[in-house]
Formats: sequence, structure tokens, C-alpha cells
Amino acid sequence: MDIERVNLPGIGMRHSFTTGRDRRLGVVSHHTGRRDLVVYDKDDPDSAVVSVALNPAEANALAELLGTTRIVERLAELNRQVEGLVTEQISVVEGSPYADRTLGDTAARTRTGASIVAVVRDRQVFASPRPDFRFLAGDVVVVVGTAEGTDAVARILNDG
Amino acid sequence: MHHGSILLIEFGAIVLALGILAAVASRFSISPIPLYLLAGLAFGQGGVLPLATSQEFVGAGAEIGVILLLFTLGLEYTAQELVGTLRSSALSGLIDLVLNATPGVLVALLLGWGPVAAVVMGGVTYVTSSGITAKVMGDLGWLGNRETPLVLSLLVFEDLTMAAYLPILTTVLAGVGFAAGLLSLGVAALTVTVVLVVALRYGRFVEKLVQGDTDEVLLLKVLGLTLLVAGLAQELQVSAAVGAFLVGIALSGPLAHTARDLLTPLRDLFAAVFFVFFGLQTDPGDLLPVAGIAAGLAVAGIVTKAATGWIAGARAGLSPTARIRAGAALIPRGEFNIVIAGLALGVTAIDPRLGPLAAAYVLVLAVIGPLAARAAEPAARRLAARAAARAAARAA
Repeated sequence: MDIERVNLPGIGMRHSFTTGRDRRLGVVSHHTGRRDLVVYDKDDPDSAVVSVALNPAEANALAELLGTTRIVERLAELNRQVEGLVTEQISVVEGSPYADRTLGDTAARTRTGASIVAVVRDRQVFASPRPDFRFLAGDVVVVVGTAEGTDAVARILNDG
Repeated sequence: MHHGSILLIEFGAIVLALGILAAVASRFSISPIPLYLLAGLAFGQGGVLPLATSQEFVGAGAEIGVILLLFTLGLEYTAQELVGTLRSSALSGLIDLVLNATPGVLVALLLGWGPVAAVVMGGVTYVTSSGITAKVMGDLGWLGNRETPLVLSLLVFEDLTMAAYLPILTTVLAGVGFAAGLLSLGVAALTVTVVLVVALRYGRFVEKLVQGDTDEVLLLKVLGLTLLVAGLAQELQVSAAVGAFLVGIALSGPLAHTARDLLTPLRDLFAAVFFVFFGLQTDPGDLLPVAGIAAGLAVAGIVTKAATGWIAGARAGLSPTARIRAGAALIPRGEFNIVIAGLALGVTAIDPRLGPLAAAYVLVLAVIGPLAARAAEPAARRLAARAAARAAARAA
């Protein structure tokens, strides 16, 4: 599948592609984080017939529903701002308050601004874990964020 | 009454009136710029509510408004985007420039206003309002359309042209001799080049300079730097607006996003003040005598932008519908046409009718532009359907 990528100066970026059944779809990514889901006219692939504006949370939800993970994009986004950004691996120790509790329970992103992008368990990688992902003691959590943010996540996982 | 209290009352009344107008504009989802201009005409000289003391204060605010308009415009783009656009769409950009500056130049010459006014009027009729156009395309859901990158790159090209044009205009308006003019143009070109190179290569250092831990620090540093560079640029005859534009370009990435969020409210306030100030300096009575010329220029402005969209679209291999939409999206004129005319206000060599003409021109096209864009799509479809029917009839 060919995904066409176009720069929209001052607005952001547009990705679009044609499906196997000959419908054209596109996503406009605004600098502000807004996403537009664009559906093109059946007969005129130059013209959008539907354009739905999504905020970042809605775009994430749609992406999850469609079965893709946004991890690659999130990492790419983070790489762009690479200065001042760290990736840390934090163990969920025995007796951690979040052992056998879910990722959603930690509210790590809202509390610290850092993102838990993956969990490693017995050499198996769970990329982009969902809020209902359940931690076990011994898990290694991969966190990306500012130094303060990742430290805060470590504190949360150790002490609650 | 105390002088200070009159100032507060007058300025407060102006800003309050602008707020009400902005609410009306957003209710009908039109650009507030023409309403601000009308407010300026209503206040002040020859208007219904002459101002006693706040004119000078409003004038200073207007100057900051121009600087912030150009600064936030620069923030929208990165230096890479500018250079990339210059490479990819130079020819379409030149077609845009020639087609759309010509009506203004011709009118100024035909009216006998002289070459300096012709340079000003060329700029007034040329530039599309990137603010209005971007908003219209967003509102109509056109961002996904095939012609959108073309339209945006034309807007970028126009803004780059402004970076070259404004220093030239400033020099020409200063009325200095040929040699002195050439010298200050040289200085201007050198400054623009140096800043662009700094932005391309060493943007990081500029960002480090203005970086701050809190919004307050960032706001003050960015605003201070912008005004300072704008002032220095003015001193070098490069035009304050271009200085601010270049500072905006030098900032990019996450810092630019934060700076934009912080400075947009300030820009909205001072830009509104700027439009009012322009209206203040225009006597509404002067509008009527130029109304005919303005209407003619507006028609020409619609035709030339439509032609630009059509030709540039053909070069990009777009369908007729997309080419019509591209032309319609380019029609709105707004902030920068007024900025250009504003530079010429009060210059003795310029015919005093130029200000009212520019105001009337922008009033018409800022209103008609978005309406034309709305009408373009159905019209284009009807044309396409009729062409298809005719082709079918011929085949049968």
C-alpha cells in the first residue's frame, strides 16, 4: 500500500492512500495535535467529501479501535524533541503498590507527563500497553519523558 | 475630566466594541477584519465618535499589532519549509505575483499617482490574506483536498515575497536618492540573508536564548526579542514587520508552539487595534469617491486570483474542480494589504486617496472572498456535470 505524504506549510502534514476497493482516505495532522479524518469523493479523488476533526484523545481512540498502535508515531514525535528527553526502564519490584494493578490505575501520564510506551515481561514485549494492562511484579516498564517525569513514574511504581 | 481617565474610557470603549464585533463575526463565521476596519471608520476623524486623546496610544498599539501579525506568521513556518517552497513553486509564485500586482500598478499609474504609489498599490492588490484563507479552508473541510498544498505553497511564496518587498517599499517611501536607496536596499538584503542563514543553521541557539521554565519567562523573552529586532530592522530601513517575521521563522519546534499559544491573545488584541487605527486615519467621507475604483479593482482581484489558481492548478495536474477551488481560496485579502497601505499613510508623496481605496478594496474582498470559496465547489460541480452532459450528447 502506498501512503502519500504531503507537507502542509503552516498547518502540518497530510497522509493519504487508496484502499483496495478504490476509496481514497486521508489524515491531516495539525501542528496543534488536531487530526482531520478525510474521506474523498468516489468519483473525484481530488475532493474531500467528509472531513472530521479529532482531538488527540479521539484520534488515539480511533487508532486503537482500528487495531493499530500509535507507538511508532509517538516515538517519532518524541525523537523530534529529543533534547531534554529520556527513556528509562523501571522495574515493578516485589511489593510495589501497582503489582497486579492496571496501567490505568497509575494514571502515570496525567500525573507525570511521561508515557509508558512498552512493558517487557519474560523477554516478551508488550508495545503500547492499554489502560487495562495489568502489571505483575518483575515487569520492566519502558518510560519516555522528561527526566523529572520518568523519575516521578519510578516513584509511583515503587511507592505509589 | 482627567486626561488619564478619558484615555481609559476611550480605549476601553474601543476594545469593548471590538469584542462585540468579534462575537458577531464568529457567530456568522466570517473574518472580523472588515468589521474592525468599519469600527475604525466609525470612530475618529469624520466618524460618528471622534476620539479626543487616545489616538496616539492607539497608534503605538497599532505598530505593535503589525509586528505581532508578522511574527506569528513567521512562527507558522520553518526556514526549511520556506526554502523548500521557494524551490518547488517559484514559477507558480511568480505567475501569482505578476497577475495580481498588475491591476494595482495599472490603476495607480492610470490615476496619475506616480510610480511610488504604483509600487504600494501593486502590493495591496497582490497579497492574499493567509489568515482568512487558512481559516476558510479549515472551515470548509478543504485541508484534505488535492489543491491544498498548492494553495498553501502560494501563500508561503507570497509571504516570502513580502520579506523582500517590504524593505524595498520602506526605502522607496523614504524618498531617499538613488544611491542612498540602493545602499539601504543592500543593507536590507544582507540583513534578511543573515537572519535566514542564522534561522536555518543556528535556530537552536536562538531557541536556547529565549527558552524559559515558565510561560511568563518565555512570553517576556520572546516579545522582547521580537520588538527589539523589529526596532533594529526599522533603524536599518528593513521594515520592522520583516524583522519580526524573521524572528518568527528562526523559532521552530515545540518552542514555536508554546510561543504561538502565548502570543496569539496579544496578537489578537494589538492586530485588532491596528485595523481600528487604519480606519481611524481614514475619513469615511473619502470612501465614496473611490468606491467605483475599488469595486473595479475588486472584480479584477477576483479574476486574477481565479486565473492564478487555474493556471497553477493546471501546472500541478489538478482536476478542473480543484483548480476552481484553488482560485477561490486565494481571493480573500486582509491584514497584509492593510499593512502595506498603512506604511504609505501620511507619506506626502502619496496621493491621499490611496488609504481609502485600499480600505474599500480590503472591505470588499475580505467579505466576498470566503463567500466565493463557499460558492466555488457547487459551481464547479455544476460546470463539470454540464460538460459531461454535453460530451454524452455529442457521443449519442
